[in-house]
Amino acid sequence: MFYREAGQFKSSYAADQQLFPIRQDRIGVLLLLAIAFLVVPFVAGEYWFSAILIPFLIFSLAALGLNLLTGYAGQLSLGSAAFMAVGAYAAYNFELRVDGLPILFSFALAGLTAAGVGILFGLPSLWIKGFYLAVATLAAQFFIVWCLTKFPWFSNHSSSGVISTQKVTLFGYAFTSPREKYLLVLTIVTVLALAAKNLVRSSTGRAWMAVRDMDVAASVIGIRLMPTKLLAFAVSSFYCGVAGALYAFCYLGSVEPDGFSLDLSFRVLFMIIIGGMGSILGSFLGAAFILLLPIFLDIALPWLAGALGLPFSNATVSHIQILLFGTLIMFFLIVEPHGLARLWQIAKEKLRLWPFPH
Amino acid sequence: MSKTIGDVILDLQNISLRFGGVKALTDISFDVREHEIRAIIGPNGAGKSSMLNVINGVYHPQEGIIIFRGRERKKMEPHQAATQGIARTFQNIALFKGMTVLDNLMTGRITRMKTRFFEHALWWGRAQREELEHRKKVEEVIDFLEIQHIRKTPVSRLPYGLQKRVELGRALAAEPSMLLLDEPMAGMNVEEKQDMCRFILDVNDQLGTTIVLIEHDMGVVMDISDRVVVLDYGKKIGDGVPEEVKNNPEVIKAYLGASH
Repeated sequence: MFYREAGQFKSSYAADQQLFPIRQDRIGVLLLLAIAFLVVPFVAGEYWFSAILIPFLIFSLAALGLNLLTGYAGQLSLGSAAFMAVGAYAAYNFELRVDGLPILFSFALAGLTAAGVGILFGLPSLWIKGFYLAVATLAAQFFIVWCLTKFPWFSNHSSSGVISTQKVTLFGYAFTSPREKYLLVLTIVTVLALAAKNLVRSSTGRAWMAVRDMDVAASVIGIRLMPTKLLAFAVSSFYCGVAGALYAFCYLGSVEPDGFSLDLSFRVLFMIIIGGMGSILGSFLGAAFILLLPIFLDIALPWLAGALGLPFSNATVSHIQILLFGTLIMFFLIVEPHGLARLWQIAKEKLRLWPFPH
Repeated sequence: MSKTIGDVILDLQNISLRFGGVKALTDISFDVREHEIRAIIGPNGAGKSSMLNVINGVYHPQEGIIIFRGRERKKMEPHQAATQGIARTFQNIALFKGMTVLDNLMTGRITRMKTRFFEHALWWGRAQREELEHRKKVEEVIDFLEIQHIRKTPVSRLPYGLQKRVELGRALAAEPSMLLLDEPMAGMNVEEKQDMCRFILDVNDQLGTTIVLIEHDMGVVMDISDRVVVLDYGKKIGDGVPEEVKNNPEVIKAYLGASH
């Protein structure tokens, strides 16, 4: 009833091709951004910024990067954490070796470095597909982590490759409090998400999806497979690289190569599977699910046990938490294999008709 | 208006194609003239689809010469054929299943798009202007094929007959000078076949597009094509106007079997 496009006529193709063609979506997104930028900074506490909001935004960005590659261009990758590591270490080294480089440039250069490495490890995609490609991208995962540990130059000769990131300063302004860092991360993620949305609605995105859906037909239509796939690897790695730099600079403050393990790659992959492949929104929903649900269970379970008077030890609670988390993942995948984004879409279709059945 | 058939634009000379020990095509020569509808017929496994794949660069014949628009063609990739104005449809529908009809058709125009990905990321400016320009062209194709109502529908939700039509649309969106159709009417009912025939004839007539067509429905082939080439076991056994081919004893033998 409230979510309905009736009466919203499009009188030009430009109006039909805008980012959010339905007015309610436009209002919703603007409202969300307004809250994120103008309300949250004043109401959220320190814990919220540094334990929930900042990691959520950073992982959304990484998931978005992987989603462009896997969800849109159809190239399965298990190397996202490695590309994040490249971004983190590149940003560290640019800050270290170039005096007074504004942090945004470091982040951009970190993204570009990751993009370059991504292209290199994307080369196998020209010959192999699917699971075989996933195994080939594992090479990136192990090689890069090994490289960062093995060559002390990358970590400026610190022990076991740990780096402590420099101060986040931009034109003399230092981002020190979690609130400031949150706003910085939010701005970067918003800009990059917008760019991703633009990419996927233009011919770049269509070329990616064409390669994903039917590569022979794509090449017959005139899409050159090699540059298309490599561009997907480059853009995806750029996003992961920036996410990695933010992960190091705005979230953890100090990272080591082993922190960017296969485990982290899998988490990012699960985010897009749960959130929805081939959906920008899905990347955010997936990141929220994978990241926030354990935190929520962490708080809710002991409280529940206490309220019911159950004599659970902390260990039991954490076991239950893992079990419940796994069960919920299975539940959502069975209910909707196309992810939370698809569920949201179905909900919107239902909302169009509500309260009428047809 | 009766169309005028022009000069030879595609000349295939002594084409042989092998996959390992299997001979798919053996020493085949024929030509295609501008603006004509050229049918390729033959029993299953005769090498018809392989022939189309040779024309648009998916397969590379071991022997033979291909002359397209007066120039001998070297080994090339499918996307180069597309930029030279050769579009095609597939025997088993090869649409982009996860995309809407509109996006599929827009993808068909990709060789004509000039903006690069960083312009796409920004969107405002050149990318948007170009997008709108091509949208207009695509809408013309949508009008022509009468598929306005399914513009925003993902193609995987469409029935078979409409998918075939959308695939034709995707090929037409590229504004090709030569269109290769691989069994455009396979699996259709009479009504859908009639529609498809009308679209093919209209494309040929109004846009002057040269059409190379593989089809099993002999009635259709004899009705709409200007010349027919017949393949059997990778060899050419007949070539000429429909009347000639119909009465060619070799062709009759291939289709009906010889009396022993």
